[in-house]
Amino acid sequence: MSKLVLDKLKEKFGSDVLETHDQFGDDTAVVAPRAWKAACEFLRSDPALDFNLFVDLCGVDYPERSPRFEVVLHVYSVSKRHRIRLKARVGDAEGDEAELDSVASVWIGANWFERETFDMMGVVFKGHPDLRRILMYPEFEGHPLRRDYPAQKTQPLVAYRTEEEAGLAVDKVAPFGLDEGMSFGRRILQAKDN
Amino acid sequence: MGELTSARQVTLEGSESGFATTKLEDLLGWARKYSLFNYPFVTACCGMEFMAVSSPRYDFARFGAEAPRFSPRQSDLLWVVGTISQRQAPVLRRVYEQMMDPKWVMAFGTCASSGGFYDNYTTVAGIDKIIPCDIYVPGCPPRPEAVFDGLMLIQDKITSGNRTPAIVKPRNDPATALVKLRASAEGAVLEGKRGRRDEEPGR
Repeated sequence: MSKLVLDKLKEKFGSDVLETHDQFGDDTAVVAPRAWKAACEFLRSDPALDFNLFVDLCGVDYPERSPRFEVVLHVYSVSKRHRIRLKARVGDAEGDEAELDSVASVWIGANWFERETFDMMGVVFKGHPDLRRILMYPEFEGHPLRRDYPAQKTQPLVAYRTEEEAGLAVDKVAPFGLDEGMSFGRRILQAKDN
Repeated sequence: MGELTSARQVTLEGSESGFATTKLEDLLGWARKYSLFNYPFVTACCGMEFMAVSSPRYDFARFGAEAPRFSPRQSDLLWVVGTISQRQAPVLRRVYEQMMDPKWVMAFGTCASSGGFYDNYTTVAGIDKIIPCDIYVPGCPPRPEAVFDGLMLIQDKITSGNRTPAIVKPRNDPATALVKLRASAEGAVLEGKRGRRDEEPGR
């Protein structure tokens, strides 16, 4: 059962399917970004595949890789009872040119997930009906789930009270040690200070 | 009716008609203390504990604080219950600014007090970064008893007029429990050693 989907994809898109594996029935295909939308439309419309349920779409940042980001899509077929994971790799080392076609027109559920991926990772989905930030506020600069964003760096919308105003130490120490919490974020901040 | 403290006693003079003399600010403080109108700014899981506190089992109505007012203009105690994200900060600030004086603020739970374990780009590390705060109730979430301690602390502060921020202390000091635990562990180790020595009398 599981081979069918990958075989059909490979047959249809040839060299645009960069790699596949189906370990433990876990079908995965990496497609070239230019074939992304066509592959999605094929998955949705082919009667033998019939992927009619959108499950998830997210981004992963691999700073050491090139292309840097991986956009991961999970879809499921309610009628055929099979699922597939589709991946596309985009973006250069600086995180620019991370662009991919939007599949919100294929599965309407992808709309907010693409907004989230744009918000957190900075992947731009071309042809998206309303590509705005969804979790962070519009004033936020940068994309917080990128590995080079210091996890602790806040961008307050309201100016913090000064210590004179508050009459007490406002900058409290976190209730845990330096090696706990988001220690990786702290390391990046310290490195930037030095 | 709660009792008034001895320093700020209401003296009854005359007999049957009965009148009291007091200072106006004391009388106002006494009245405010037992008629707190709450504005619950509930954002996160601490809200469950807030519901427990406000519902009949614990019932903060006993303290005269049962009336929630969902308009900041009618309320005088702002309960910040839960995590405040950076995106919410302007809203909280505005709610606080819309409240009429005199007003008090309670940080309910660790997240509202200090940001808690959220050590990241999206959380305000304590509401005192954006608005003045009178009472910090620690706990994740705080037990209803701790919330009552906080509420009574606020009532004390209302009568005394003291606006210094205060923290609710644990009723049982966890450090003493730790000392006991350590003593019992050491006792067990000592007993273990003694036992071994008994087994080997020749050494």
